[in-house]
Amino acid sequence: MLEIRELTLSYGDKRVLDRFSLTVPGEGITALSGPSGCGKTTLLRVLAGLETPSSGSFAGLEPDRAVLLFQENRLFPWRTAEQHIADVLPRPDRETARRWLAAAGLEGEEGTCPAALSGGMARRLSLVRALALAEVRRGWLLLDEPFAGVDPARAEALMEAVRGLGLPVLLCAHEQHTVSLADRRVDLEGPPLRTVKSARA
Amino acid sequence: MPLLFWLLVWEGAALCAGHRSLEAAWTTWRQTGDISGLLTCLWEGQAFILPAPPRVAQELVELVGTADFWRTAAASLCRVFAGAAAGVGLGTALAAFTAVSRWARLIFAPAVKVVRAAPVASFIILVLLWADRNWVPAIIAALMVLPVVWANVVQGVESTDAQLLELSRAYGFPRRRTLTLVYVPSVLPYFAAACRTSLGLAWKAGVAAEVLCLPKLAIGTQVSNAKTYLETPALFAWTLTVLCLSFLLEWGLGRLLGRLERGKGGTDRAGDP
Repeated sequence: MLEIRELTLSYGDKRVLDRFSLTVPGEGITALSGPSGCGKTTLLRVLAGLETPSSGSFAGLEPDRAVLLFQENRLFPWRTAEQHIADVLPRPDRETARRWLAAAGLEGEEGTCPAALSGGMARRLSLVRALALAEVRRGWLLLDEPFAGVDPARAEALMEAVRGLGLPVLLCAHEQHTVSLADRRVDLEGPPLRTVKSARA
Repeated sequence: MPLLFWLLVWEGAALCAGHRSLEAAWTTWRQTGDISGLLTCLWEGQAFILPAPPRVAQELVELVGTADFWRTAAASLCRVFAGAAAGVGLGTALAAFTAVSRWARLIFAPAVKVVRAAPVASFIILVLLWADRNWVPAIIAALMVLPVVWANVVQGVESTDAQLLELSRAYGFPRRRTLTLVYVPSVLPYFAAACRTSLGLAWKAGVAAEVLCLPKLAIGTQVSNAKTYLETPALFAWTLTVLCLSFLLEWGLGRLLGRLERGKGGTDRAGDP
């Protein structure tokens, strides 16, 4: 169980999280939905240990074991698709890398660099890289807009791959289709992110 | 084609210079009445002011046939290469140090600015007081290369993608992997540009130092001798030699840097795909 207690964070004068509290079950997929700029990304960054809140705390999630899929793809222009997966594995393992590429529908693109991938393919590569790392770390999986630019059929297949890991997942999404694939949804209001509008399974 | 154009320009300029020497030769003949004196005056006068390409080629062919030419060229090449390599190595090391320490930047930045702005001749004479004359050209070449490499590598480190660095941290990449996967590929284009720019600088500064220090075996010493004995064709021939050596080094460097850039983002782990 992830318990977020009165988290507060500001960027300069702009308050993004304002004594925000939320409880999320430690299993299954929970989707956080809300208007653009309401603070969802900042919340995930705090949980991943990349931002330090000015006050408040959370329990039930170890940032060192959590894996964050960033909102941006953040691929290395000079690395191939296969190398991107291999880079997050503790030791070189071509079979695992190819398994994850296949899960993303990127068979045959092992030697392709990001510049030659379409927007959707790059997003899928970025996602399976995070999944490959999560499989190693076995902690919370924090997904920020995981299926941006990915077609619904592939998004469903990838969601099955996410589910197959058996890890607790917290994801942020705009698209209703992505939110509908989760086990439960939490609607947020902001900015600043202060209250939960509604939560339902 | 551009080479042919410039050779024609050179030939044309030499002809103009020849016209001036014709006037001088005519005056000499009128005063002395010696026809062989007129011809010598014509040939040497033109060669002294601006030798034509065939005259320089003739001089170069004569030089290439001597063992001293090769020893001299090799000695200068070694000095400049050693100096440039030391400058690149030291500049890169200092830039790396600057990247990790704010204090290092505060200390090195003014020193590098001074080295950049100070006249090369002052450095040559200063270093000549402290070091053996054979080493001065290499030290000067290193001094000219160092600030260029330092500034470029620092700029490369500073422009490294912050998002990729954050990802490396978030995904727990060890320092060595962050270095090989993020920093090295990001800095490499800046480093390569610095190396290409500074190689020409190293030759200019190195030969200038040789001219002032006069080591026993050095192109600069030969250039100085050519000036002393008014052997303009020899001056041109040695300058052409420097150009050829510079192009040779540039070609080798280009190939090396090309290989490095193609292989950038290389693995730090055995068996990595």
